[in-house]
Amino acid sequence: MDGIHDMGGMDGFGPIPIEQDEPVFHAPWEGRVWALNSALGALGKWNIDAGRYEMEQLDPILYLQSIYYQRWLYRTENILIAHGMVTRQELETPPERRKVEKQGQALSVEDIFARQRQARSARVDAEVPARFKTGDKVRARNIYPKGHTRLPRYVRGKVGVIDRDHGVFIFPDSNAVFAGKKPQHLYSVQFAAQEVWGSDAASADKIYMDMWDDYLEVS
Amino acid sequence: MTDHTDHSHLSDTELRVRALESLLVDKGLVDPAALDAIVDTYENKVGPRNGAKVVARAWVDPDFKQWLLRDATAAIDSLGYTSTQGADIVVLENTAKVHNLTVCSLCSCYPWAVLGLPPAWYKSFPYRARAVKDPRGVLQEFGQDIADGVEVRVWDSTAEVRYLVLPERPPGTEDMAEEKLADLVTRNSMIGTDRLTGGGAG
Repeated sequence: MDGIHDMGGMDGFGPIPIEQDEPVFHAPWEGRVWALNSALGALGKWNIDAGRYEMEQLDPILYLQSIYYQRWLYRTENILIAHGMVTRQELETPPERRKVEKQGQALSVEDIFARQRQARSARVDAEVPARFKTGDKVRARNIYPKGHTRLPRYVRGKVGVIDRDHGVFIFPDSNAVFAGKKPQHLYSVQFAAQEVWGSDAASADKIYMDMWDDYLEVS
Repeated sequence: MTDHTDHSHLSDTELRVRALESLLVDKGLVDPAALDAIVDTYENKVGPRNGAKVVARAWVDPDFKQWLLRDATAAIDSLGYTSTQGADIVVLENTAKVHNLTVCSLCSCYPWAVLGLPPAWYKSFPYRARAVKDPRGVLQEFGQDIADGVEVRVWDSTAEVRYLVLPERPPGTEDMAEEKLADLVTRNSMIGTDRLTGGGAG
């Protein structure tokens, strides 16, 4: 989906907010949101692509008005509701006035980190032929998926060169809606900065992007 | 949670986070002790010192450097820094002719295992928007002027591959021990928004 999250190339956001000696979390609630996200993700009810898709579907005005960990909070509420794990009403009812039943056994921190490590992988152990090899000229397909995609707007239709083949990976567009892993080769594709941004870009500069077979066509 | 502090000073966001955590704990979906341990891990255990040690090792050990550039996931695994994130890692070598810069234009992908959680600026809208389009202008905001003869390579992290920049070893550090070298390596130099100026007079 061509949502507000697809920001590459936009102007008007002002200077980069560089902060000296910045803390990992700027307030305790940020750490709690992060930890909740880790613990819930490890339950395995959704995958990383579904999680990203939920983030992308936040109201664009809310997205722009919120700081990073607020967006994670809103996303986490929404995805819990979407999976029937909580209701909006439960979230809005004070603890002393609600009655809930235990749904499961919470994971220990060891289990949470172990499951995150196993999720190494988006990499899939499958024999899938590669459509391209290093050095091949390719074009990013000029497609506009309505759902989740990791194909940013700014490279669509642009011509690049396969820099390396990372191997076979889960395809996010289908995995995000639990429609299958659709394993396929993932490549690093090199684009000349001028191919993407025109003659104002420095002639030697390059952009490298990780792209799945389904995002590419022969140029 | 069962604390009885006065909530009137808390922001709406803090209250909303507390409500969510309390509900999830009551449902048995999360354990507050596990949440404490996750926060502690990211605040105190995982961070850019891990990456700095990888860089310093590569500077002093040519065989390790070759391994790192060929198969960073395995090379970094061998140092034990992959406890919290299982993504593949690719290391990008800066040279006198090439400067690498990493970004996630779509959100916030970042090599947690070696750098910890990303700084706020890395996740900010202006960085995500402009790093891919005007990397030289972005680098200037970080005080880095890149000469015309240097090729800037921007790596936009769109998949489960994480990128770590291997900065150039600063001049004047030839006799420095590995541990001291690691102290010179800044987090931003491993993202690509800093270049190292040296441990001596530089």
